[in-house]
Amino acid sequence: MPTFFETKQLVTPGDLIAEGSYIAGENTYVENDKIYASRIGIVEYDNKKIDVVALKAFYMPRVEDIVIGTVVDVGFNGWTVDINAPYQAILRASDVLSRSFKPQKDELSQVLNIGDLIVAKITAYDRSHDPQITVAEPGLGKITRGQIIKITPTKIPRVIGRKGSMISMIKQETGCQIILGLNGIILITGKTLEDEELAMMAIRKIDEESHISGLTDRITQMLKDNKAKKEENKE
Amino acid sequence: MSQKSEKLIDKKGIRLDGRKHDELRSIKVDIGVLSNADGSAYIEQGKNKILAAVFGPREMHPKHLALSERMVLRCRYHMAPFSVQERKSPAPSRREVELSKVIREALEPSIFMEYYPRTGIDVFIEVLQADGSTRCASITAAALALADAGIPMRDLVSACSAGKVDGTIVLDLMDTEDKMGEADVPVALMPNSNVITLLQMDGNLTQEEFEKAISLAVEGCKKVYAIQKEVLKAKYVSVKEAEE
Repeated sequence: MPTFFETKQLVTPGDLIAEGSYIAGENTYVENDKIYASRIGIVEYDNKKIDVVALKAFYMPRVEDIVIGTVVDVGFNGWTVDINAPYQAILRASDVLSRSFKPQKDELSQVLNIGDLIVAKITAYDRSHDPQITVAEPGLGKITRGQIIKITPTKIPRVIGRKGSMISMIKQETGCQIILGLNGIILITGKTLEDEELAMMAIRKIDEESHISGLTDRITQMLKDNKAKKEENKE
Repeated sequence: MSQKSEKLIDKKGIRLDGRKHDELRSIKVDIGVLSNADGSAYIEQGKNKILAAVFGPREMHPKHLALSERMVLRCRYHMAPFSVQERKSPAPSRREVELSKVIREALEPSIFMEYYPRTGIDVFIEVLQADGSTRCASITAAALALADAGIPMRDLVSACSAGKVDGTIVLDLMDTEDKMGEADVPVALMPNSNVITLLQMDGNLTQEEFEKAISLAVEGCKKVYAIQKEVLKAKYVSVKEAEE
């Protein structure tokens, strides 16, 4: 049962990773007992399971995910929301208005209009139906201020870091509140624009360099350097 | 024409642009050149200059074209009015419609079409400068753009043409060889699974010549594949080097 790539090695679609009784994990497929890669990514072995951690992929909805989306259409009894996925999400009016919803009385576009950004949670999804989302939970709802930044959705775990080490470090160093949409959209709200920009810079750096080891150290260094520069300017 | 074609290959077997019969033109590829597209690639193969952009998978518009059990792949091959010597009308010609179709059919087997039902992928191919075998270069670039868009693929698709010029079977025809030569055989290949996804022939060849042309083109595809892979990997390694 040979394997043809070492762990952490880069593969491209169609590369033969292993032969024999392995289990095909994410971004791989099996044909005639051989395991191939189906995306550009980094090989990872977990006992008998072979995963390819994709370097470029789009977001696929999963129930319970927190996402950030844009309202693209106001309908009869709800909204259509673009959540940066192949499918558009549906937000029901009864979900937003805590009371019962009467189409003849309520004007939906006054609650959420086209172009509005919302933080939402996916409540239901399977491939034959569009995902449904909700905002009826604390922390969810319309976004009123802050900066939005889009990164590759597969890089979100890198932004979080091991047990949340990376994100808490960025939050601490910049003093910003950060909400991570698992669909690759991130909301940053800070006290000043500079703080927000610094956090955005750090996240962009993570997006570009996540496949290179020693990432946390470099990000910490970058944030510290920036802080030092700021102090110098003040003096 | 036969008089003129005498000059396409000289006595030493060297072609008009200095290549041997089994040599590819120089290929230069860039990936991720368009920031508005989900995936993109730019290829220069000899004097060919081609851009490929991929969008999706995304909701199909118009909606009635969506299929409930699989994705829909749409392709548009288009030549810029300035891509050839004499101005080409920007409206899609008969030839472009045909090429759009064959390119779509060449790419489709490489994509897991059943993964994302009800959605569509759009592939736009824009020929900025044409110099023969543009359909092959387009497929090569489009496959890279699809991989760059993060679409799950069985394999990359590599394409290359072969043909007969002055009685010799040659690889990777350029424009004059295509027009003055006897035959042109474009081939697209999924190199790992060894599946041919495009095979056409324009001109006349005997059966032996045809088989020889195919095997030469397949060898060419494998060379193209090596370049494609190198470029895809280089995109992610280059960030690493810049850091060091």
